[in-house]
Amino acid sequence: MAYDVNGTSVEHDEEGYITNLSEWTKELADIIAKAEEVEMTDEHWAVVNFLRDYYEEYQIAPAVRVLIKSIKKSLGPEVGNNKYMYELFPYGPAKQACKIAGLPKPTGCV
Amino acid sequence: MSETVKKFLYVNRKAPYGTIYALESLEVVLIGAAFDQDVSLAFLDDGVFQLTKGQDTKEIGVKNFSPTYRALGDYEVTKLYVEKESLAERGLSADDLQELVWEDEDDDYAEKPSIRIIDRTEMAKLMANQDVVLSF
Repeated sequence: MAYDVNGTSVEHDEEGYITNLSEWTKELADIIAKAEEVEMTDEHWAVVNFLRDYYEEYQIAPAVRVLIKSIKKSLGPEVGNNKYMYELFPYGPAKQACKIAGLPKPTGCV
Repeated sequence: MSETVKKFLYVNRKAPYGTIYALESLEVVLIGAAFDQDVSLAFLDDGVFQLTKGQDTKEIGVKNFSPTYRALGDYEVTKLYVEKESLAERGLSADDLQELVWEDEDDDYAEKPSIRIIDRTEMAKLMANQDVVLSF
């Protein structure tokens, strides 16, 4: 299974998470978002970028409650709350945003 | 919190690479953190190497997961006990370990150290005080 980014194919697993994290691009993020029926706004990008920074620093994709707590701290409580995060990513902020950010499925997602 | 909160101790005795134990233990801790338990981690024997700083795994072709220990504070895992004798037997001291901190929300997000060096006698007491001890 693969995404098609301008003719280049990027492998993903059965849930849609890409296999090789280094193949991520912004164009790919838009394609994954479309498949997830998420329309990317600046707010979505802020969360996606936050996740990529978190992964870079800690080498894990955070669990949803850790994500929301951390976002609250760095982007403020108007973004970092359950309701708003689920509005942005209806199928789960951690799961969906990680997929779009090209990261593995979050650790602690049970 | 209710009376169902149990004291969990994850005991880490093996070097970080070469076997899957260290990484598996860390993942179980991160997943288990979702359940409101009183979690502590213990590092003894070669397990003390898991927390050393400056790990470089390029030559062995596996992921360096040592940065992930720094995320434990976000998961409210704030008690990492390292056995003094195990460090000394390997020529290590507290200075060879990563600096790990957690942020105390009730104290204006003050950063507090997560690593506590204890001796063998205190380690034995710590283990005796747990409801559940998981060994890796």
